Amino acid sequence: MDKRDREILEILQDNSRLTPVQIAAMLGVEQADIEQRIKDLEEMRIIAKYHTLINWEKAGEESVSALIEVKVTPQRGAGFSKVAERIYRFPEVKSVFLMSGAYDIAVLIEGKTMKEVALFVATKLATIQNVLSTATHFVLKKYKQEGVILEDKEEDKRLVISP
Amino acid sequence: MINWTAKLSPTVKNIPPSGIRRFFDLVSEMKGIVSLGVGEPDFVTPWHIREASIYSLEKGYTMYTSNWGLLELREEIARYLNNTYRVKYEPRTDILVTVGVSEAMDLALRAVLVPGDEVLIPEPCYVSYSPCTSLAGGIPVSVPTTMENGFRVKASEIEEKITPRTKALILSYPNNPTGATISGEELMEIAKVVKKHDLIVISDEIYDHLTYEGKHTCFAALPAMKNRTVLLNGFSKAYAMTGWRLGYACGHPEVISHMTKIHQYTMLCAPVMAQMAALEALQNGAEEMSRMVAEYDRRRRLVLKGFREIGLPCFEPKGAFYAFPSIEHTGLSSDEFAERLLMEAKVAVVPGNVFGANGEGHVRCSYAASVESITEAIERIGRFLKQLPTDIQETAANG
Repeated sequence: MDKRDREILEILQDNSRLTPVQIAAMLGVEQADIEQRIKDLEEMRIIAKYHTLINWEKAGEESVSALIEVKVTPQRGAGFSKVAERIYRFPEVKSVFLMSGAYDIAVLIEGKTMKEVALFVATKLATIQNVLSTATHFVLKKYKQEGVILEDKEEDKRLVISP
Repeated sequence: MINWTAKLSPTVKNIPPSGIRRFFDLVSEMKGIVSLGVGEPDFVTPWHIREASIYSLEKGYTMYTSNWGLLELREEIARYLNNTYRVKYEPRTDILVTVGVSEAMDLALRAVLVPGDEVLIPEPCYVSYSPCTSLAGGIPVSVPTTMENGFRVKASEIEEKITPRTKALILSYPNNPTGATISGEELMEIAKVVKKHDLIVISDEIYDHLTYEGKHTCFAALPAMKNRTVLLNGFSKAYAMTGWRLGYACGHPEVISHMTKIHQYTMLCAPVMAQMAALEALQNGAEEMSRMVAEYDRRRRLVLKGFREIGLPCFEPKGAFYAFPSIEHTGLSSDEFAERLLMEAKVAVVPGNVFGANGEGHVRCSYAASVESITEAIERIGRFLKQLPTDIQETAANG
């Protein structure tokens, strides 16, 4: 990882659809160099995935997100990692973070309905060995996600021509 | 019936209307335009700056400030100039906060010119220098720069135009519309001529932060130049604050107090909410600014490469956010090119002749636009250029 790699990552993080040709032009280097670097970054899993941020609510799709605080008894030798793994293997689970503070693991879940999410927590999550307790917080509205303000389309308010 | 034609000032009448205006009227009625015609950042003012201004309103900062501007802001400006360029200004006497660099330029010219004084203006340059000179009773004298010399004015070219009536020289690097920058060595040569002929320099350095290669040299920081330079700068470009209309002028107390005299009767003071925002920009704006500058730099390379690939000869811009490609080989004038490009390819650029007669043969393309817009614009211009030659041949055959 050098400065150039970092620049490539910043550019792709903002817009992963830019082509190696464009990125090469933006950074003033050869296209082949950019392609090689991206390949290496993918292989190292520094670039973990290219994904698209979708506003499902706007698409008219019903979906429910929840943040679940999980308290866990850490295990000798494995700490929190074993429990975390048992949680993150579920496809409904979108993110899992080890936290400092009042609880141990934060779990972000998406489901079709509140009932579905609640059932998942009650039957799958709370029953995992060493999970002491859970607290489920449903998301009521998403204002901003991954740096993107969802409702606010910042249109260009400038005059089309100015000196 | 009143006869306005007879009553209106001939000085104003003789100023040609801005070429940009006509073009603006043309563009504003069209849909689906990709615009590279905008002379301002495509970023909105960073939130922390907007937020600071909102907070100041909440606290009730809605009054006049001192004619000179808030002392705290002037102190911050002095600190910035000293830290960046090692040029020391006394906040109480050497700095005037203005309504944009536009006002500062007007004040500087009005404060020094007497009718018949000549002002040397390297062109192409920003549209206001020449009209403001005329309005102040001066005579604008164009010093043409060329693409071959990287649009940098040479000391010798300046000296050739000097007459006993020459009073001032306007410098504007990094330059709008060419994107040219100038080196410290070249400015030193110019400084020698300035000293030899006892000239005043009005240096518009509004794009100083937007220098992508090498370091910007502040003209006032050159040996013996501080006292004969009126340094102009502002917040519009670097902090994406165009609509706030805030700039400043720095110089010898005598010229600054003279300028302040005009300012106090015509403007009173710059708006306080904009001054509060500028204070926040200077105190905490460095990080956001360097993010924006890095972004412009990437787009600059993208535009340059794109233009060269579609066959538009383009001088490498090293500052501001403009490219100034030559369109001479198309056989079209700047006006014709820009108008046909708009009508046929729906891309808005600004004809180069708007920025001075020797801007003819070029168009100004702003890369303060998203990567998507830039890419789309280059594709469209490329297609437009491809269908041109046959077109011109036909016209020639028919003609």
